[in-house]
Amino acid sequence: MGGSDPSGRLVRPFTLTGGRTRPSRADFTLITTVTTADPQPETAARPQPEHTRILRLCVRPMAVAELAARLDLPVSVVVIMLCDLLEAGRITVRPPRPVTTPDPDLLQKVREGLGRL
Amino acid sequence: MAGSDTVSRASADGGAPDTVKILIAGGFGVGKTTLVGSVSEIRPLRTEEPLTMAGLDVDDLEGVEEKRVTTVAMDFGRITVSGDLVLYLFGTPGQQRFWFMWNDLAHGALGAVVLVDVRRPKSSFAAIDFFERRGIPFVVAVNGFHGEHPYPVEDIREALTLPADVPVLLCDARERESSRDVLIALIDLLIAQAAAAAG
Ligand SMILES: Nc1nc2c(ncn2[C@@H]2O[C@H](COP(=O)(O)OP(=O)(O)OP(=O)(O)O)[C@@H](O)[C@H]2O)c(=O)[nH]1
Ligand SMILES: [Mg+2]
Repeated sequence: MGGSDPSGRLVRPFTLTGGRTRPSRADFTLITTVTTADPQPETAARPQPEHTRILRLCVRPMAVAELAARLDLPVSVVVIMLCDLLEAGRITVRPPRPVTTPDPDLLQKVREGLGRL
Repeated sequence: MAGSDTVSRASADGGAPDTVKILIAGGFGVGKTTLVGSVSEIRPLRTEEPLTMAGLDVDDLEGVEEKRVTTVAMDFGRITVSGDLVLYLFGTPGQQRFWFMWNDLAHGALGAVVLVDVRRPKSSFAAIDFFERRGIPFVVAVNGFHGEHPYPVEDIREALTLPADVPVLLCDARERESSRDVLIALIDLLIAQAAAAAG
């Protein structure tokens, strides 16, 4: 079955997340940045291979959407794995800047950055 | 090395930058991915999300074989604005049946660019309506395919019944500078709105 099925790639991810399809934490947005904790917690169990890939990619901070694209996995699947890694203390996360009332300094900084392009 | 701000941040989260996002919206095939690609510092990245049945109309599921998983693709690019601030550009899925995804994408966005194909401006009408209803700031950028702009901005404003306070620009989504200027127009709108709100 699976093997040559073009959708096989999409069936597999859910086995990586223990059959769960819903993140247990809502705090991973597309542009939340993830960074591998350094040093890693000593007590933690050995990470599974997909987790190890994430930890390698996030040695430098990386946004969730970018991580998903580089892993070639759906964002929803990556978020579930990130929840596990966060619980294990293996990553730190930085939420995006709140924008309900955008800070003029932030806007000015974006404006200047774009001007330099 | 950087100042104390960076040091304290590093201890909290490895020195991760602040992130903000802008949506690039508009009808099917209006040049959203092209615009993202022309200004992004990385080749646009793509993620595919399996769709739950809940998000789809019954019609969309007809003929879908049991084992096939329908996915919706989303592409995005990145601009490092400064050492500690990164702007992400998300191209929204253009096909109308995927617009339920826009709610998620729009959440936490600074604002949006609605791209309009000069040859069929009405195809972006629903996108305009979406941002208008939610009070999300946006600019309209008219993508002149083949670099041609046969209609003046005012004709397009009228065709799309845009209020006077929505900026309308002509652009070429393939050109980096042109796409950058569209983003700057949006930021200028946001700066003006913030100044007005501050009184
Ligand atoms: N000649 C010309 N072609 C363009 C221009 N902008 C986009 N295209 C082409 O038009 C087609 C559609 O552009 P895309 O950027 O993929 O459009 P899109 O809005 O991302 O499309 P969907 O995501 O499918 O809704 C592509 O083949 C582009 O190469 C333009 O300014 N001039
Ligand atoms: Mg596209």
